Amino acid sequence: MIRLEKRRMPSQVWTWAAPVVAVLATMVAGGAVFAALGKDPLVAIRTIFWDPLFSEFAFYYRPQLMIKGAPLVLIAIGLSLGFRAGIWNIGAEGQYIMGALAGAGVALAAYPLEAAWLFPAMVIAGALGGWAWAMIPGLLKVTLGTNEILVSLMLVYVAEKILAAMALGLMKNPDGFGFPGSRNLQQYPSATSWIDQAAGLHWGVAAAFIAVIAAYVLLSRHVLGFQIRLAGQAPRAARFAGVNTARLVLFCLGTSGALAGMAGLFEVAGPSGVVSIDFNAGYGFTAIIVAFLGRLHPLGILLAGGLMALTYVGGDMAQANLQLPKAAIQLFQGMMLFFLLAVDVFTNFRLRINLRGAA
Amino acid sequence: MEMLINIAAFMFVAATPLTLAAIGETVVERAGVLNLGVEGMMIMGAIVGFMVAVNSGSPVLGLVMAAAGGMGLSLIFAFVTQVALANQVASGLALTLFGLGLSALLGQGYQGVKPPAFPQGDIPLLADIPVLGPILFQQDPVVYLAIALTVAVFVFLRFSRAGLVLRAVGENHDAAHALGYKVVRIRIAAIAFGGACAGLGGAYISLIRVPQWTEGMTAGIGWIALALVVFGAWRPLLVGLGACIFGGIEAVQLNLQAAGVAIPVSLLAMSPYLITILVLVIMSAVRTGAPASLGRPFHASS
Repeated sequence: MIRLEKRRMPSQVWTWAAPVVAVLATMVAGGAVFAALGKDPLVAIRTIFWDPLFSEFAFYYRPQLMIKGAPLVLIAIGLSLGFRAGIWNIGAEGQYIMGALAGAGVALAAYPLEAAWLFPAMVIAGALGGWAWAMIPGLLKVTLGTNEILVSLMLVYVAEKILAAMALGLMKNPDGFGFPGSRNLQQYPSATSWIDQAAGLHWGVAAAFIAVIAAYVLLSRHVLGFQIRLAGQAPRAARFAGVNTARLVLFCLGTSGALAGMAGLFEVAGPSGVVSIDFNAGYGFTAIIVAFLGRLHPLGILLAGGLMALTYVGGDMAQANLQLPKAAIQLFQGMMLFFLLAVDVFTNFRLRINLRGAA
Repeated sequence: MEMLINIAAFMFVAATPLTLAAIGETVVERAGVLNLGVEGMMIMGAIVGFMVAVNSGSPVLGLVMAAAGGMGLSLIFAFVTQVALANQVASGLALTLFGLGLSALLGQGYQGVKPPAFPQGDIPLLADIPVLGPILFQQDPVVYLAIALTVAVFVFLRFSRAGLVLRAVGENHDAAHALGYKVVRIRIAAIAFGGACAGLGGAYISLIRVPQWTEGMTAGIGWIALALVVFGAWRPLLVGLGACIFGGIEAVQLNLQAAGVAIPVSLLAMSPYLITILVLVIMSAVRTGAPASLGRPFHASS
């Protein structure tokens, strides 16, 4: 007779062991999938997790890790605040797109002006774009109690349609010989987010680190961070303690929207360069996995973002060297979240094995 | 007139995948489980049904296996949420991300392949009635199946003993447990039924409505189905009606696009999503009762 017994306190050990176990389990299950695809599982796992860091060509791939990791961490930090408080913003992808459009719009309107204020203005516009897009589910939730999960998700599809309309219409490069997509912001010195392209360093990387530190301070030192944690763990107690739930909802959704919007702007003004119909790479959804894998903790998210960036970069390598299909990596990332959620049971429950049968 | 008949006939085609997925989710939510993975189960059904139909040449077998595929995926969710007691919102999201990845992987090499044609289900005599015939009686069999399923679920929940137990589990799982009902087993069964329905709905898109396979082809229909359950206030007949309204909007929207009306295409294309938001806003103002235990994990010890 095997049964689960609730722990009085969540296990400290399992809180941090669960993600590690989940990653290992994903490697095993993922290896099985790769084997089923006719690839050597050990080589595939090594290509994804080891080669980008330590192979002889790693100098080329390491900068890629920062490029892929920065938007994931930036978005996941914002999402984690809401997730902790039981506010489910799953439309970060839409906020990312709207932030990119708002920020790039400023640059494209100013073109070819060169000015020091241009890039800061773009960052502010990007944050505002994401913030405004997240405020739609936020305001609807606090005024009417509308479900923020579905509204924020629907707005992703709306944002994608707006992006398509912009890339093919208003923001299309007038000197682009009719090709879709905007001017390349990488080649616009005042507007690019690159600091050092060869090192993989752009302002988004800096922003991600700042966000991690800010979130850490907020959650551990500020009363608002305490209220976020309280609202998530004990909603009734939070109400008695005088926590303003509406303000909390708006703060969490607004912050995550602004961070996602900024991430979008840094991406479009740097690594992507062009407002094109598919410049968004699904970071908004992958960031959900990053937030959970990082246990909704700022430092954990930093590590999880690095790991997830590794699967992107290693996935690209595996695609090039082993002809592993791109979808396999997507599957791999989804699996990781599942394993984490399943393993997490041991954080709150302990397994009791009673061989003599039920008492 | 011709155009109106076309719109009305296509309304049912557009409504069928929504109805199937939303009816399945209605049962799941009435049992107190919030499965946000409808989109993932639909896309799995879409690819599994497509693969089986192409390889076996039998679209009917494709539909059956699509239901099995959706059910298989939903059982992962059932295990994670009912046995391992994980957060249902996060698990549902995981199911969607996982399903999108797995379907994309399975679907490699099926892009641009044409599936075997599905037999038409014209009902003799009735199909020849002017106007009503083409709208109601010249549909494919799955449309009729979706309608029958809606009514069956209504009867099951409203009039059967098992339906009453299922609702009891959804309203108050502790009380149901105290009465001796197997809460976890009932919920797993409901989740499996929801998965099968979603898989069927997905296969309808890839085998009949489009019919073709492209990555991510469900394009949010699973999420709209979730919104429809809220719209229908967790009542099967209202959910079915909501699906028809949405199907109608989709049909009008596509006809307007095709006719080249002076409304921007992008605005028309985003209309289903905007209308979903509008519907959610209206329904939240009305405040209808969700099952009381919706989304709450159940563990017999507490």
